[in-house]
Amino acid sequence: MSPEIALPILIPLLSAAVSVALWRHMALQRSLAVLATGALLATGLVLLWEVWHDGILVMDMGVWPAPFGIALVADLLAAIMVVLAGFTGFAVTLYSLVSLDREHENFGYYPLLLLLLAGVCGAFLTGDIFNLFVWFEVMLIASFALLVLGGRRTQMEGGLKYVTLNLIASAIFLTAVGLLYGMVGTLNMADLSVKLAEVEEQGLVTVLSLLFMIAFGIKAAAFPLFFWLPASYHTPPVAISAVFAGLLTKVGVYALFRVFTLIFTHDVGYTHNLLLWGAGLTMLTGVLGAAAQFEFRRILSFHIISQIGYMLMGLALFTPLAVLGGIFYIVHHIVVKTNLFLVSGVARRLRGSYELRDLGGLYRSAPGLSVLFLIPALSLAGMPPLSGFFGKFILVRAGLEAGAYAIVFVALLVGLLTLYSMVKIWAEVFWKPAPESASPPPPPLRGRERLLLYAPISAMAAVTVAIGLGAAWVYDVAEAAAAQLLDPALYVEAVLGRGRLQ
Amino acid sequence: MEPLLAFVIGGLYAAALFMMLRRSIVKLVIGLMLLSNAANLLIFTAAGLTRGVPPLVPEGLTRPDGLSADPLPQALVLTAIVISFGVLAFAVVLIHRAYVAVGTDDLRRLRDTDT
Repeated sequence: MSPEIALPILIPLLSAAVSVALWRHMALQRSLAVLATGALLATGLVLLWEVWHDGILVMDMGVWPAPFGIALVADLLAAIMVVLAGFTGFAVTLYSLVSLDREHENFGYYPLLLLLLAGVCGAFLTGDIFNLFVWFEVMLIASFALLVLGGRRTQMEGGLKYVTLNLIASAIFLTAVGLLYGMVGTLNMADLSVKLAEVEEQGLVTVLSLLFMIAFGIKAAAFPLFFWLPASYHTPPVAISAVFAGLLTKVGVYALFRVFTLIFTHDVGYTHNLLLWGAGLTMLTGVLGAAAQFEFRRILSFHIISQIGYMLMGLALFTPLAVLGGIFYIVHHIVVKTNLFLVSGVARRLRGSYELRDLGGLYRSAPGLSVLFLIPALSLAGMPPLSGFFGKFILVRAGLEAGAYAIVFVALLVGLLTLYSMVKIWAEVFWKPAPESASPPPPPLRGRERLLLYAPISAMAAVTVAIGLGAAWVYDVAEAAAAQLLDPALYVEAVLGRGRLQ
Repeated sequence: MEPLLAFVIGGLYAAALFMMLRRSIVKLVIGLMLLSNAANLLIFTAAGLTRGVPPLVPEGLTRPDGLSADPLPQALVLTAIVISFGVLAFAVVLIHRAYVAVGTDDLRRLRDTDT
C-alpha cells in the first residue's frame, strides 16, 4: 500500500479546485499554480526514486483489493512520465506568468492547466482501463477549454476539429472497453493481461486490440489519424501550445505502450507489424508536411507527428533494446518539443509574428535566444552529443538488430529532413536580415519578463544537454523501465499478488 | 433481447457516422451524441442482459444468493453518460461560439487552420 502514488493526481486536482475558489485573486492563483506544479515535479521525482529502489508500487483506491477496486500503479515508465509532466507543467507555468495576457488568465487559465495536469498524471498512474478512459476525458475537457480560451476565430475552427476527432476517439475507446468487459468481465489491466490469454477466440482479441490502436492512435496523432493536430496546435497562445505539444500526444503514446506490452501481446506478429507500418508512415508524412510549412508553430506541429513515429517504432519492433529506445525517445522528445514551442513564443514576442517571412535578424538582436533555439533544434534532428542523437541511435541500432532495414532507412531519412526543417527555421528567423515592416516592433524585453521567459527555456535546454552528456544514466533507467514493460508478470504480480498473500 | 439491441446499436452507429459526414456543424454534433449513446448502449449489452435478478444481498448473507445481474456495467454506463453529457454541453457551446465567430455552419468553409 503506497498512498503517495495518489499525490501526483491529488496535488493538481485540489489546487485546481482551490484556484477556482480564488477566481478574482489573480496573484494568489499564480503563486498557487507555481507551487502546485513545483510540488508535482518534486513528488514525481520522489516517486521515481522509490520505484527505482522498491520496484512497482501499487495503491488500491478505497482499500478495495484489485481486481475489484481501482488500482493506481506506478511502474518505472509511469513514474518517468509523471516527472516529465511535472517538469513541463512547472516550466510552462513560469513561462505563462509573463507570456499570457490578463484576458486569458481571468478566464481560468491556471485552474484549467492544473486540471489538465491532473488528468495527464491520472492517465499515467491508473491500472484500470475504464479509469484510463475517465482520466482521458478529464484531460480532454481541460484541453478543449484551454484550446478555445480567448475565442479568436482560428481558435474556434481549430478547436472544432480537435474536439470532434478526440470525441470520436473517446467513443471508439469506450466501445472497445465495453466489448472487452463483455468478453472477459474485468477492467483491471493486470487481470486483463492474465485473462485475455485464456480466451479461446484469439481473433476477437485481435479485433479489440485494433480498436484500441485506432483510439489511442488518434490521440497520439499517428498516421493516418493525425489531421486534428496540425489544424489546431498553432491556434492558442504559445504557453498552451507548448504544454499540449509536450504532453498530450505522449499520453496517447503512453497508452499504446501500456496496452501493447501488458494486455495485447498474443499476436505480436500482426499487431506490432501494423504499428511498425504506422510508425514509418507517421514519420514520413509528419516530416514532409513540415517541409511545406512556413509558419513557426505549424512546422513544429508537424514535427510532433514525425517524432511520434520514432516512439511507435520502438514499441513496434518490440525487442528490449527497441522499447528502451522508445522510452528514451519519449523523455527526450517531451523536453525538446516543449522547449521549441516556448522559443517560438519568445520570437513572436520580439518580432510580433509566427510567419517565417516576417521574422528575421534575431541572431543579431537576441544571440542568447539563438543558442537556446539551436540546442533543442539540433537535438530534435539528432545531432550528437544532444539527447536526440542517443534516442535515434538506440532505435536505429535496435532496428538493425531486428533486421528491419526499411524502418531504419526511414528513420535516418526523416532525421535528415528534420535537420532541413530546423535549418529552414534557423535561416529564416535568426540568420536573414530583419525584414522592413510597417508596424513598429514590440517593446524590448526587460527585468522580470525577460527572466521568466528565458528561465524555463534555459532549464529545458540544460536538461537536453544533460540527457545527452549523461545518456548512460537515462539509458539505465529506460532499460529498467523497458524490462518491466516486457515482463508483464512483474506488473501482474505487483497488482494481484498481494491479494493472494493476505 | 440481445439480437434486437445489437441491431439498435448498429443502427445508432450507422446514423452517427452518417450525421458526422454531413456538412453542417449542428448535424456533426448530433452525430457525436448518437455515437456516445451507441457506445453506452453497447457496454450495457455486451456485458450481458440478465432479467429479474437484481444484485441484492439477502439479509443474513454476505453475497447475493445464486445468479444475479452484474451491476458494474450500469455503473460504467452511468459514468460514461455523465462524461458525455459534460463534453457535449461543451461542444454545443463551442459550435454556437464558432458560428458567431465564423458566420457559417458549413464545415467546408472552416478551412482557415487547415494545411
